[in-house]
Amino acid sequence: MISMNNIIFNDIYGFKGNSIHKSIERGDWDNTKALLDKGPEWIIEEVKSSELRGRGGAGFPTGLKWSFMPKEKNKPHYIVINADESEPGTCKDREIMRNEPHKLIEGILLAGYAMQANQGFIYIRGEFVQEAIALDKAIKEAYSKGYLGKNACKSGYSFDITLHRGAGAYICGEETALLESLEGKKGQPRLKPPFPANAGLYGCPTTVSNVETVAVVPTILRREASWFASLGNKNNTGTKLFCISGHVNSPCVVEEEMGISLKELLEVHAGGVTGGWDNLLAVIPGGSSTPLIPSSICEDIIMDFDALKNVGTGLGTAGVIVMDKSTDIIKAIWRLSKFYKHESCGQCTPCREGTGWVMRSMEKLIHGNANIKDIDILKNVCDQIEGHTICALGDAAAWPVQGLIKHFRPEIERRINNYKLLKVAE
Amino acid sequence: MVKLFVDDKEIEVEQGSTVMQACEKTGAEIPRFCFHERLSIAGNCRMCLVALEGSPKPVASCAMPATEGMKIITNSETVKAAREGVMEFLLINHPLDCPICDQGGECDLQDQALFYGRGETRYEEDKRSVDNKPFGPLIKTTMTRCIHCTRCVRFMDEVAGVHDLGAIGRGEDMEIITNSPSGLGGELSGNIIDLCPVGALTSAPYAFKARPWELSKTNSIDVLDGLGSSIQIGSKDGQVLRVLPRLNEEINEEWIGDKSRFAIDGLLNQRLDVPYKRNSSGKLIACSWEEAFQSIKARTNNLKAKEMASIVGGQACLESIVALKDLMESLKITNLDSRPESSKLPINYKDRGGWLFNPSISGIEEIDNLLIIGSQPRYEAALLDARIRKSWLKNNIKISRIGGGDKTSYEINDLGSDIQIIDQIYKGKHSYNKILEKSNKTLILIGESVLNRNDGAGILGRLREIAKKYNFYSNKWNGIGVLHTAANRVGALEAGFVPGKNGLCTEGILKCLKSNKIKLLWLLGYDEVIPKNNSESFIIYQGHHGDIGANSADLILPGSAYTEKNATYINTEGRVQRTYASVPPPGNAKEDWKIIRAFSEYINKILPYNNISQLRARFEKINKNFNIENSIIKSVTSDIGDTSVKLSSSKIEPANINYFMTCPISRSSETMAKCTISKSKLDM
Repeated sequence: MISMNNIIFNDIYGFKGNSIHKSIERGDWDNTKALLDKGPEWIIEEVKSSELRGRGGAGFPTGLKWSFMPKEKNKPHYIVINADESEPGTCKDREIMRNEPHKLIEGILLAGYAMQANQGFIYIRGEFVQEAIALDKAIKEAYSKGYLGKNACKSGYSFDITLHRGAGAYICGEETALLESLEGKKGQPRLKPPFPANAGLYGCPTTVSNVETVAVVPTILRREASWFASLGNKNNTGTKLFCISGHVNSPCVVEEEMGISLKELLEVHAGGVTGGWDNLLAVIPGGSSTPLIPSSICEDIIMDFDALKNVGTGLGTAGVIVMDKSTDIIKAIWRLSKFYKHESCGQCTPCREGTGWVMRSMEKLIHGNANIKDIDILKNVCDQIEGHTICALGDAAAWPVQGLIKHFRPEIERRINNYKLLKVAE
Repeated sequence: MVKLFVDDKEIEVEQGSTVMQACEKTGAEIPRFCFHERLSIAGNCRMCLVALEGSPKPVASCAMPATEGMKIITNSETVKAAREGVMEFLLINHPLDCPICDQGGECDLQDQALFYGRGETRYEEDKRSVDNKPFGPLIKTTMTRCIHCTRCVRFMDEVAGVHDLGAIGRGEDMEIITNSPSGLGGELSGNIIDLCPVGALTSAPYAFKARPWELSKTNSIDVLDGLGSSIQIGSKDGQVLRVLPRLNEEINEEWIGDKSRFAIDGLLNQRLDVPYKRNSSGKLIACSWEEAFQSIKARTNNLKAKEMASIVGGQACLESIVALKDLMESLKITNLDSRPESSKLPINYKDRGGWLFNPSISGIEEIDNLLIIGSQPRYEAALLDARIRKSWLKNNIKISRIGGGDKTSYEINDLGSDIQIIDQIYKGKHSYNKILEKSNKTLILIGESVLNRNDGAGILGRLREIAKKYNFYSNKWNGIGVLHTAANRVGALEAGFVPGKNGLCTEGILKCLKSNKIKLLWLLGYDEVIPKNNSESFIIYQGHHGDIGANSADLILPGSAYTEKNATYINTEGRVQRTYASVPPPGNAKEDWKIIRAFSEYINKILPYNNISQLRARFEKINKNFNIENSIIKSVTSDIGDTSVKLSSSKIEPANINYFMTCPISRSSETMAKCTISKSKLDM
């Protein structure tokens, strides 16, 4: 369990207040100029050696990503913060924006400086009204204190932040769809290459980073990379906000060290699984798009990128969805399929056509109104979607179903057989 | 150059090529739906997936840039499986109604399904159905068939510059829509029928008329505007059923205008199929060729040469013009003209720079500055307008306009309509002179309406001097371009169908006709209002449609339209091209040059050619280029125009043209009439 002095988000529950004064009391904006004075290279090097991995889901090394930005500046550089947190089961960024907005804003300034950007955008999910208000207030406060704008923090560096509210499409959390939407177009992912670091917002070099990733950067820089790297395990360092929802006694967002065991996470912070640990059926460990893991795996799995990858799932956004034995697991995954069908942008074929097919097949499996071979067809359809689309939404739609078939095939078959028997009885 | 491997074959491609291009270079077949060479890359159909060594996922070859040392695999089982997967997805919501789909037989989806489709469906749910959309009178939509490749959207956005199409809805519910209930704007919308890889967008007038394999196809050229776009005519049972564009980088790339494509139903209406003679009560009565010739002969015998005249219209072919000229010369008639009334187009060959579009159509892509005077290329030559837009997008050229006009698909700097602007630029006193100074390659596009002004020669002369001053009037780059709206106006001028010694021009002929000094007038495809009439004059109309010209005629000689004869046309840039007969002329109508040849025999002034090759041999004496298809007649710079002519005070105005109705064929077309109505509803 994490020790109190390693916690980055001191006020993630909003007990202390999110105003700039309260934030400064908690250590935000503490001599930011000194950090800026050490230069962009230093910031990127520190982030690199902290081994911070992107908190948006893919877990790409942050320092490396930032270093992809071209050094020469013949075009404006942009930093865009992805605050379109829409992954079902994930609610960490909203807590940061609501209760610790200054961590984010200071982080944007530092990250923007590291990439020599003069303009930062925060693309915030449309449904996040309170969060947008809180951020807007925080940005204004930072401007009035001189932390942003011309000569930000008296460092001689000018930096502006613009808050942009989305309209509530899941796909706009995909970085290139986000950029399209930010440009005022229909939110559809772009083809890659070119990657945003070469041609992003308005065709200029752009880095898109998750809220949590950027918000931890000021603390990393203050407490040094080695501190952050000493937490967690090799290659999976630092602390992480976990969002625990579903069949637990006290659902919560909690900051923990990377590599905490799932069991400890649930028992210590979420009050345990409803009805006891033995009542656990399955866990979706990293937001809706990661494949579920059955209780047998949950027993001793630790929560980090590599460990979860090894069992065929992922840490994703660390949105832990817990399902006890009262769950209709097929219906639960069907609901996710329905979500992905609804949120597919419709641009490319496999996702547009496939997500609907998957949802309808899943719908039949809920009652077992299908044949055994339909399971294989469904698996095959998912395989045909996965990896064939422009963006990762296709993969995200396929994985939960693949996970279900992998771990709960006997249950699906049982329902099909029962349904057949019922029909015969009728 | 970049070196890479496709299926273990080493290949070198240019920097910036895509993987798809590299694959095609080795002969590897890459299926595709959304990709099109002339449109931006969308990468959304996912049909062109190939495996890339080192990449865990297959990549879309249309969008992936080729890089050094790449190893591409196009023929593995995984690639095949990926494509089959995509094909299956495309087909699950496709209605598979091929038997009742007009695209059948030339459908990309059908063709690819043959190679990548499963034999049977695994999808047992209900298929999606989508409401049809109002795409106007030209395009029939069956949106359930749409596979969302967005080619149509990209074409309208990028090439046509009409932002009327888009996609709404997400996922399965994505639909292609128009933003106007009256259909699509612009003049190029028909091209999305060709672009649509499935049967979602098909030709409305051609609906259920024929299957592609039933059509006999004739490669020909279009004559409904001054460009002479390359087309393929599809005919069945002696009827022209459809016109498709053919690739011609120099003129139309692979597009054609809506008029060229859809006006063909006009070839069936109002046709002149037998000779007609006006009887004593003023009614046109059908007669035999013998009677028709007899009545002309009776007149010509009693008239002096200066009492006779002939005017040729813009759609007449070179063969008939040369034959008619020979006939007129044998009768010593010098009152000949092929120019519109009041036109100030030059008539001497040495001044042909004053009637040609010297910079050439494809030359528009080289310029950096364009000045349009008294023209609306959009209506006068829709594809030339698309070329201007292309150049504007690609090279960011500066475009200015004198004379105003409708909305354009490119940014335009309106200088005003005052004629004095030209004088000011000529004298170096206008702000536009600064733009001219900065430009390295300017093009002045002159509309026909400018040269139809009384001071046309004065304007042309001043423009020539401006061009000289700013170095775009040399034999290397002649930036003066006259844009004709008629298919063969240049041809008629090149054939020398102009006033001879002491001959009258069109304006003079028509005046003298009124005052009874001209007593016989032979019109060849001239369809403008004739200020008739006193009882003594005799007007012969030779042409293919009962249109304006035929109305005022006393005798009608039925000729052939461009789809019915092998004929030569010279387009606005001086390019010699030929049409090829696809269907026979209706009824008793004949090829135009043969009518003239037959008449010459009837009056015993036999023209010395018995067949078309002999006639074309006769061409050699006028211009060797006439017999070289696709050759360009070039001008040398001369002192065209006349700076001493004073400019009048009237404003410069482009010709008032209804794009859909510019010639007898399009005026007789029901489809074009529908377009005229629907355009009036569009808010342009």
